[in-house]
Amino acid sequence: MSLLHKDILGMQQLTIGEIEDILNTAANMKKILTSGNKKTAYLQGKTVITLFYENSTRTRMSFELAAKYLGAQAANISASGSSVSKGESLYDTALTLDHMAADMIIMRHSVSGAPHFLAPRLGASIINAGDGMDEHPTQALLDMLTIKEKKGGFNGLQVAIVGDLAHSRVVRSNIYGLLKMGANVRVFGPATLIPADLAGSGARICHSMEEALTGADVVMGLRLQLERQEKALFPSISEYSQFYGLNEPRIQMARPDAIVMHPGPMNRGVEISGGLADSTQSVIAEQVTSGVAVRMAILYLLNLYRNQNHLGFGESTEPVLI
Amino acid sequence: MKDSKRIQNQEASGRSGASGVVRGGRVVEAASTLQVPFDPQARIGEDRDEVRDLFIRDGKISEAFDGPYDFEIDASDLLVMPGFVDLHCHLRDPGQEYKEDILSGAASAAAGGFTSIACMPNTVPVIDNKAIVSYVLDKAKAAAVHVYPIGAVTKRQDGVELAEMGQMKQAGIVAVSDDGAPVSTADRMLKGMQYASDFGLVVIDHCEEPSLRGGTMNEGSASTRMGEHGIPSVAEDIIVARDILIAEYLDLPVHLAHVSTARSISLIREAKARGVKVTAETCPHYFSLTEEACLSFNGLFRVNPPLRREEDRLAVIEGLKDGTLDCLATDHAPHHKDEKEIEFSLAKNGMIGFETAFALAWTWLVEPGTLTATDLVRILAANPAAFLRISAGSLQPGSPADLTIADPQARYTYDRSKAVSKSKNSPYDGFALQGKIVATITEGRLVYQA
Repeated sequence: MSLLHKDILGMQQLTIGEIEDILNTAANMKKILTSGNKKTAYLQGKTVITLFYENSTRTRMSFELAAKYLGAQAANISASGSSVSKGESLYDTALTLDHMAADMIIMRHSVSGAPHFLAPRLGASIINAGDGMDEHPTQALLDMLTIKEKKGGFNGLQVAIVGDLAHSRVVRSNIYGLLKMGANVRVFGPATLIPADLAGSGARICHSMEEALTGADVVMGLRLQLERQEKALFPSISEYSQFYGLNEPRIQMARPDAIVMHPGPMNRGVEISGGLADSTQSVIAEQVTSGVAVRMAILYLLNLYRNQNHLGFGESTEPVLI
Repeated sequence: MKDSKRIQNQEASGRSGASGVVRGGRVVEAASTLQVPFDPQARIGEDRDEVRDLFIRDGKISEAFDGPYDFEIDASDLLVMPGFVDLHCHLRDPGQEYKEDILSGAASAAAGGFTSIACMPNTVPVIDNKAIVSYVLDKAKAAAVHVYPIGAVTKRQDGVELAEMGQMKQAGIVAVSDDGAPVSTADRMLKGMQYASDFGLVVIDHCEEPSLRGGTMNEGSASTRMGEHGIPSVAEDIIVARDILIAEYLDLPVHLAHVSTARSISLIREAKARGVKVTAETCPHYFSLTEEACLSFNGLFRVNPPLRREEDRLAVIEGLKDGTLDCLATDHAPHHKDEKEIEFSLAKNGMIGFETAFALAWTWLVEPGTLTATDLVRILAANPAAFLRISAGSLQPGSPADLTIADPQARYTYDRSKAVSKSKNSPYDGFALQGKIVATITEGRLVYQA
């Protein structure tokens, strides 16, 4: 049971074996979460820093609690409250944290590839908590843990993902992860919000809600970033909701035992109706618990990798790519 | 090194206007095939590829003579070609001398076998008036190679008012361009071409529809995988079509810079077939790299137009082979480490190009048999010289003794840290290349030696 690299950059980089290890470890971590005493000592003496250049409530809190449940020191930096606002480069900021003896840096950045840029340059492990429109691997892993718990596995499963596909790092990570594990993925959204050559990823591009939902075992809605309307990518919230929103009548097209997921935060009444979000098919709240468990698993496994490879302060093991 | 012994009496060879002989080389020349702007009957050079001696007298190519020679070069097993002509480079001077300056850029050009280079006007300030043209030419007097400034089409290259093309022509510009950006609107392009034609100037256009700009790489499977904003290939095709139609409507010449898409190339091919006065260039990165190279988020691969798909790369090679693309330009675009070796989406566009152009062309085009050595000399020397209407690109007696001596068999691993350019932003670090510049001579003067 082990990871193959010091960093978690994306689902594109993780192997099937690594994904299985993370999900199995996360299932055990969930037991700790539901036990009376959540304090463990697996990461005692380790420092975990969350470096967030974009706003986040649940991802950041989820990582922070995961670190604390494992006994690590956790500290937070946000872009507005640091020297970032004074114009310091990403590299300089991260190098500073590295030299404060951080063991793991969890980062979210508005720029795709920002964690890929830092990873080979730092001794600390980098965990990607969302980079631009690229990937959000821990979201995909928590979605996969939830799916595995509800459906027992991935093989042959029909997963429908609906909404703004172009700007979503969640959909990209889920496509890579789910396809690797043997699920089928269909996607649907406005044509202006489907990125070029998405079919090349192996996902099936659907041209109607019906095509996407019919026979689906899992239906996942994606958050619509409302500022997209300004760029003329769709005409109005009302029209978006009418043609691309998930709701109770539409979910009837899916299998009767289909589960409904959403990465949050939700725009109720836009990409998903309040009734559907609160229905018995919805597993949205359980996704949050899976999130803490998956992040505990990743911190635990990365720490194991670091110990096995004797990684410590200021050492970078991988060659600088650039 | 063996090559250093090839040149006898090196001191004299560094003198301007020297006389000498280059013995036993494979001398390759080419006739221009490009339609010369405002002079459609004009041709330079001839197709010729043979082992012979080449004589230089008082800085010019000469008929055979018995000396005395200031220097002698043994060119056996080497290629001897007219010095290359680059009609598209960025020297960053004035204003961004931390990236490159006229002298360092010219030294880099010499190291790449170029003896004449035309520099784009997107400096700080922009080359949009005669004073800045004079500044460039004055500084270039000390340069290793001939430097020809290109003036802006519009003042500050902002696409609003026409720049003082007449005065700039008198001061020494060879063409006009708003490169870095397209000429903003069809109206500016039409008026710019009309006005430029009064002074015998051609507009060189950077083809990119303004409303589709703003991405970081080609729109396609790689941009989708990386989560980067894409630049669709149709952004280039639209302006290529627009410029062709305007050139046809006005019956005036237009030159299309750094063509990178399959569709643009087919549009140009069709336009040439019906007699439109369009000429075009491409760059080595469009036949040697594709969008896949960006997948590592390495900012050194960011360039505009962006690296395209494999089918575009193959179309570029076909376009060079059938003459649709007349010239190979470098688009040498130096940038500082802090502007390139950062997050991909923050990295500046552009790569240095002088020093790798010949090797890339030899490795990707000549060695596989797609182009002959003569074809290569045509796109690197004869055609660009004919387009710019400068005294270059030929080894006929009486021509300036601008020549490039290269070893076509040399195989090596490219190391960008050794670049002569002030900037080191080449994406080809670690690439296995074949073909190496051994020496470069400008007006009989040895300006570069490996």
